[in-house]
Amino acid sequence: MDERRLREVALTPDEYRVIVEKLKRAPNELELGMLGVLWSEHCSYKSSKALLRRLPSTGAGVVQGPGENAGAVEVGEGWSVVFKIESHNHPSAIEPYQGAATGVGGIIRDVIAMGARPIALLDSLRFGPLPHSSHHFEGVVAGIAGYGNCMGIPTVGGEVYFEDCYTSNPLVNAMCVGLVRTDQLVRARAEGAGNYLMLVGADTGRDGIHGASFASVELDEKSSERRPAVQVGNPFLEKCLLEACMDLSHTDAVVAIQDLGAAGLTSAVAECAGRVEGAGARIDVGRVPRREQGMTPYDVMLSESQERMLVVVRRGREREVETIFQAWDLTSAVIGEVTDDGQLTVFEGRDHVARVPVRLLTDGAPMRRLVGLPPEPPYGLEVEALPPLADAGAALLRLLASPNLASRRGIFRRYDHMVGDSTVVAPGGDAAMLRVKGTRLGIAMTTDGNGRYCHLDPHLGAQLAVAEAARNIIATGARPVAVTDCLNFANPDRPEVYWELEEAVAGLAYACRALELPVVSGNVSLYNDSHGESAIYPTPVVGMVGVIDDYGKRLGAGLRAEGDFVLLIGSSHNDLGGSEYLKVEHGHVAGRPPALDLTRERAVHRLILSASQSGYLHSAHDCAEGGMLVALAEACLLGGIGVRCPAIRPERPLRLDAAFFGESPSRFIVSVPSRAMPEMQSLARRHNVELSLLGLAGGAHVEFEGQLKLSLSELRDAWEVLIH
Amino acid sequence: MKFGVVVFPGTWSDRDCGWVIDQVLGQELTYLWHKDADLKGCDCVILPGGFSYGDYLRTGAIARFAPIMEQVGEFADRGGLVWGICNGFQVLCEAGLLPGALIRNASLEFRCEWTNLLVERSDLPFTKKCSDRDVLRVPIAHGEGSYFADPATLSRIEQQGQVVFRYCDAGGRVIPGANPNGSLHSIAGIVNARGNVLGMMPHPERCAEAELGGTDGLKLFRSVAENAFKVLVS
Repeated sequence: MDERRLREVALTPDEYRVIVEKLKRAPNELELGMLGVLWSEHCSYKSSKALLRRLPSTGAGVVQGPGENAGAVEVGEGWSVVFKIESHNHPSAIEPYQGAATGVGGIIRDVIAMGARPIALLDSLRFGPLPHSSHHFEGVVAGIAGYGNCMGIPTVGGEVYFEDCYTSNPLVNAMCVGLVRTDQLVRARAEGAGNYLMLVGADTGRDGIHGASFASVELDEKSSERRPAVQVGNPFLEKCLLEACMDLSHTDAVVAIQDLGAAGLTSAVAECAGRVEGAGARIDVGRVPRREQGMTPYDVMLSESQERMLVVVRRGREREVETIFQAWDLTSAVIGEVTDDGQLTVFEGRDHVARVPVRLLTDGAPMRRLVGLPPEPPYGLEVEALPPLADAGAALLRLLASPNLASRRGIFRRYDHMVGDSTVVAPGGDAAMLRVKGTRLGIAMTTDGNGRYCHLDPHLGAQLAVAEAARNIIATGARPVAVTDCLNFANPDRPEVYWELEEAVAGLAYACRALELPVVSGNVSLYNDSHGESAIYPTPVVGMVGVIDDYGKRLGAGLRAEGDFVLLIGSSHNDLGGSEYLKVEHGHVAGRPPALDLTRERAVHRLILSASQSGYLHSAHDCAEGGMLVALAEACLLGGIGVRCPAIRPERPLRLDAAFFGESPSRFIVSVPSRAMPEMQSLARRHNVELSLLGLAGGAHVEFEGQLKLSLSELRDAWEVLIH
Repeated sequence: MKFGVVVFPGTWSDRDCGWVIDQVLGQELTYLWHKDADLKGCDCVILPGGFSYGDYLRTGAIARFAPIMEQVGEFADRGGLVWGICNGFQVLCEAGLLPGALIRNASLEFRCEWTNLLVERSDLPFTKKCSDRDVLRVPIAHGEGSYFADPATLSRIEQQGQVVFRYCDAGGRVIPGANPNGSLHSIAGIVNARGNVLGMMPHPERCAEAELGGTDGLKLFRSVAENAFKVLVS
């Protein structure tokens, strides 16, 4: 076999030998293309599958774990939340607007395929520093806005960080959350030989051919030539597709719905059949509605044209389904049927053009046994050698103005975050919250990940991401229920990268087990390097969903009333390793990330949840990047209320800079009305959690007597640096 | 009072308007499909927000040709209440039921945020529950909401008192800093000369419950719901 051709379909000579062995013949061109896309890392997880099995995926509320279009968790009153996060990194690097837009479109279809109505979007983004990377940043934000706003699905959260390592490889991870009655959850299983396969939505064009393979190699100078591998989104069509699919839930004519994403029709049909023992499918590419003339079966089977769904329809009920799509002016066509021969057979009219066992496509890729080797640990930090904090106020202003900490209002006001009349905690604080209409239930949601921590210690960094996501949820008064994860890494063929992946997955698994959080869906994005160098930091991103039984008890991050006591919950240590303070003030990315004690973390969670349920709290805000002082300033700015505090005199060995800006986990800034203070203090004692009084809410300054005094307007000017 | 909410392909605040009408106010609600030429006996027709037909050409430019719009036009001519919100306002301008046009925001960006609206007409069926010079807190969510009209039209609608809402600060001062999109004269909403067709860019259906951040939008829905003007509809 021609090696160039194999490279084109991203298969290795070894993999080719396996194919010939299993088929007992050489594959034809089409079969080779189909196997190539499904055996790409993006579809087969051949480098990561063994690791992913370590993640806990079961739990009391889990209705659907990994393996479907999205995961689902029961949240009460017959409702389930369906959610998943997915990367669209490579396309966004090449064509930021369309890459991001189609990333959003794809993750929405995953949720629709479960029979759920999408209720919210979140986006976890990483770019190189501004202004150099502003074309990536502006394009991606505009693409997310362009797609989500047109869909009428609110974009309510996410995160964005800027770091040198993402300059050539920006990360765009999109998460979608949907709601469905648990008994109406749809699974993408091609049940019932003889049932019809219907393709609905957009016509099929030549766009995005080999997109999945493209996502599974490193970017190089030629990558921009791959622009045709980036698809173009049509959110209007997807909106019609969404409404039509919601209308489908009124009929029982539909057996399954499957999104057409990476690897297009090939993947959709194979996955749908692969989920049912012995099932196969026979399709006729001649019946696929096309956008262009002269398309070969190869083009049709590998096209990644957006806004398409595969629907498995009970035989004889296809007219009903067609009528529903017609009402929305959508094309639908029966393109084949489910079989029981375990083969994916492709015809073009009467010509038989491909025949591959379904399981060879979905599970046949030989798992790659990669070797992990820890890199040199070069990142020492002598905290004692750091010069003492000279001017806390000046440092605070510089930190608030750091693009990694600055207000995200300039971004989220470009996203419609209110449509749906359900957003009861708007973006800008910790997690967002949406109510479930007709109930008192609130669904909190967030994404979190800190590449810098993971770079310094992937195991600990991944744990910290889980813990912080959980604190974001808890800060709203909701209890975390489940996780979706997106693993963004460089080329795993490099032993130090594979080691990072192993460590990070182990860290995720460890923290999720400790906090009893099942991982119900996720995605892996590897090969985020360019030109064989400039690898990204290992960046596992945690998407998390939580529930509050009565959203009337929800909390915001901002201070609410003058005269409230402002408290720091949890204990502070000299945790300057990997901190934003260290980077901004001293120019280092070094040290060990903050130590995390998951038992203490849980105790703090219980305290905050118990206090919020009892109504002792007026606000709660997670202490994260930037430490206590940044969190306190944010709570003041979000609430429009200042705070007056006595000077901080840390007890040795705690340093003053660490007290203000250290990033010790398991901490919150809360505000408590004075009458609830005694109860709050005894509650903290009962949970064995440290509670320290910082000061009193009030005035228009953030003040630590004799240490710093800054007006809210000065702070706001610094913080809103990204808003033009 | 029977409300009809028009659904074009690409409309998305149909369900939010429906929620307020049906669940918050307990009024009669029906959805009006764009392909139908029947207003089903509604007393007030709402053209809601969204991206009708994708708004790929010009906002509202295709929707005006929908079969339902002919009925909406006749209904308006008979004095029926027609209320365009966001994309609905754009459609009404394209359809010639309201003067002027909505162009790209001065920032060239989509904006979703809270605004303050100064009420300049409280005598309308849509605003009877307000007082003159009331300040309403209502969110916007649009990329093309900058009101534009030629000088003659602008002075005509000003003279005839057709400006219903203007963007202002929390104290009711109409100042440039409170104008989120560059609208001429800070116009956020206008009415036709007869006073039965209202177009506004802000979304009152997003602020009809305290948990969503405010209830000022409810004043407008209540005004319509308790409307004596329905007798005008022949």
